[in-house]
Amino acid sequence: MKELSLNILDILENSIHAKANNVWLFIEEYTDKKDLFSFTVKDDGKGMDETFLASVFDPFTTTSTTKSVGLGLPLLKGEAEMSGGGAKIQSEVGKGTIVSFWFQHSHWDRPPLGDIAGTVLMMFLIHSSVSFTFKHQVNENSFLVSTTQLLDIFEGVPLSNPKVISGIQSYISSSIQDLYGGKHG
Amino acid sequence: MAKINSLEELRKIRSDAKEAMTARSGNAKVRVFASMGTVGIAGGAREALKALINELEKRNFHDVEIIEGGSMGLDREEPIIRVLRDGFETTYGKVTPDMARQIVAQHIINGQMISEWVIARNEK
Repeated sequence: MKELSLNILDILENSIHAKANNVWLFIEEYTDKKDLFSFTVKDDGKGMDETFLASVFDPFTTTSTTKSVGLGLPLLKGEAEMSGGGAKIQSEVGKGTIVSFWFQHSHWDRPPLGDIAGTVLMMFLIHSSVSFTFKHQVNENSFLVSTTQLLDIFEGVPLSNPKVISGIQSYISSSIQDLYGGKHG
Repeated sequence: MAKINSLEELRKIRSDAKEAMTARSGNAKVRVFASMGTVGIAGGAREALKALINELEKRNFHDVEIIEGGSMGLDREEPIIRVLRDGFETTYGKVTPDMARQIVAQHIINGQMISEWVIARNEK
């Protein structure tokens, strides 16, 4: 995938498949001397046992019944390591899973984040029954949006209503742009 | 649509949306099923779905429900969008943003399916 926001969407979909009720996405970007780009997806889904967890970064591991090769996570781990970063997955059966990737922010090989607003929007559009929380930090600025917050505002109107979802899209895009001081970085 | 910068501005949309919703009787006329599998995501499912909702908004069409569709196991046809309208479920394959916009204009709003893009059709 050419942008990290697509990898993130794919990892979020894994949480949905794991029957999570709550899913969190945290993105942190520091362009100061920390020079760090990281993201974490946390869920309270069914989790993975040790054997499966140990094989998650193996390209031939997948839960798919229609194809036998996964590739998403191993490739992304390779990209993280090439960008002076790494990857970590913690999981417990019945408790949930935490997936983290980190990169050197300024590294040439770090893929761009891309349309993260679009990724977050998909969670509200097609998975509004799951409680999703997104927090994006860029240096000292941060933005937080959650399903709970939006359902509260739109009480009784589904988030997938075209007017509503377009409004949410505009709100998320402009809030993320503000994190970068108005211009997209 | 005008740019929205705060939760307060977002809140203002609610009454409009609520009005449009209560104006219709019972279930929505059209149901759209969308899924987000790995293959679909890599193939542009997010962009297709964004184009679809933006076209619905632009054309001010609200008699529609967008529902999580689940994977159909048809990876090579992803991104897939299914439209349930007038008693038929129509499946479109390899949907691009441009195709999504045309599906909104012709099929979702006007009930004219676009035969050349259909990969399956069932009575429901």
